[in-house]
Amino acid sequence: MAHVVPAGQKWWSGGKSPFNVEYGKLMMWYFLMSDSFTFGAFLISYGTDRFASNSWPDPNEAFKAFPGFPHTSLPLVFVSLMTFILIMSSVTMVLAVAAGHSGDRKKVTLYMILTIIGGLAFLSCQAWEWTHLWHEGAWWGRNPFQNADHSQSTTNFTNFFFTITGFHGFHVFSGVIVNVIMLIKNLRGDFVRKGHYLMIEKAGLYWHFVDLVWVFVFTCFYLL
Amino acid sequence: MSSMETTGRDNAHTKFDTRPIWRTFWVLLVITLVEITLATIHMKTEFPPKMVLNGIYLILTCAKAFYIIAEFMHLRHEIKNMIMTIAVPACLFIWFILAFMIDGASYNALRNRYDRHYADQSKVKVEQPAEKPNSPE
Repeated sequence: MAHVVPAGQKWWSGGKSPFNVEYGKLMMWYFLMSDSFTFGAFLISYGTDRFASNSWPDPNEAFKAFPGFPHTSLPLVFVSLMTFILIMSSVTMVLAVAAGHSGDRKKVTLYMILTIIGGLAFLSCQAWEWTHLWHEGAWWGRNPFQNADHSQSTTNFTNFFFTITGFHGFHVFSGVIVNVIMLIKNLRGDFVRKGHYLMIEKAGLYWHFVDLVWVFVFTCFYLL
Repeated sequence: MSSMETTGRDNAHTKFDTRPIWRTFWVLLVITLVEITLATIHMKTEFPPKMVLNGIYLILTCAKAFYIIAEFMHLRHEIKNMIMTIAVPACLFIWFILAFMIDGASYNALRNRYDRHYADQSKVKVEQPAEKPNSPE
């Protein structure tokens, strides 16, 4: 809910934070800002490369597998599942933050566990997808997929795919580690002792950022 | 350190409304489903044209990004100073994307015009691979 601020509040006159957020949270925002430019640089260089190519492999040809259906062409289905998992874990993360606001330690524990499960499920999906592509012959420096107009493709397609989804997967992985640490701290009662759950909020910001990046990765690699 | 009381704590104990969370979840889910439906329709019927579709995807992606940042990351409920310190630098992305996409397209146009080998090679069709042997999955 919007924070109630008296009319005519002078934020810049000293004595208070002009941003009305705690220092660590502000720094998390600035870190995410810089991280978004790192991801932006990756995705934009991928875009530049596509604009600099006459043709490009069709993602619906490259990413059409689903576990358990080896010979069926199911483009977009598996990646939709991954997207759903990540959005869902983002929801449980906000619910953990909301539980922290009302000081409900048990609910924080529950929602943190659900968020961690979501993160692990996403990583498992990605591991399966990478393994599948590797068996298809795709890897850094190897591209078995032709361009959409059947001309010879370059390895740019696989190089960018594995680098960017790998970098994103690494963010998910570190997000899971952070969430596990937050869960342990919550179980030890660290936040009750502190009197607030701001650490959960900062971990939450990072976790939502991972979801945010995935929205762009999803569009750039699977839709465009 | 009286200021620590007001700034160090943030709004840690104010009530957090959970209704927007679920609304945001549905918005994100529906937008994603719309994207997938459009992509499937395009695969089957070649309609709408790919360039139109790409424009729609980009608009829908920005909408999803807005909802994640505004509601999940709670930025919409912060004070204006805070929103601006994030939103203003993020505007650099507009230049970042435009400049590099135009640069890539220009490089490709130059190469097609002056690099005969490159232009010829991109017109050569490679043979369709024979039906792939059973993949291990």
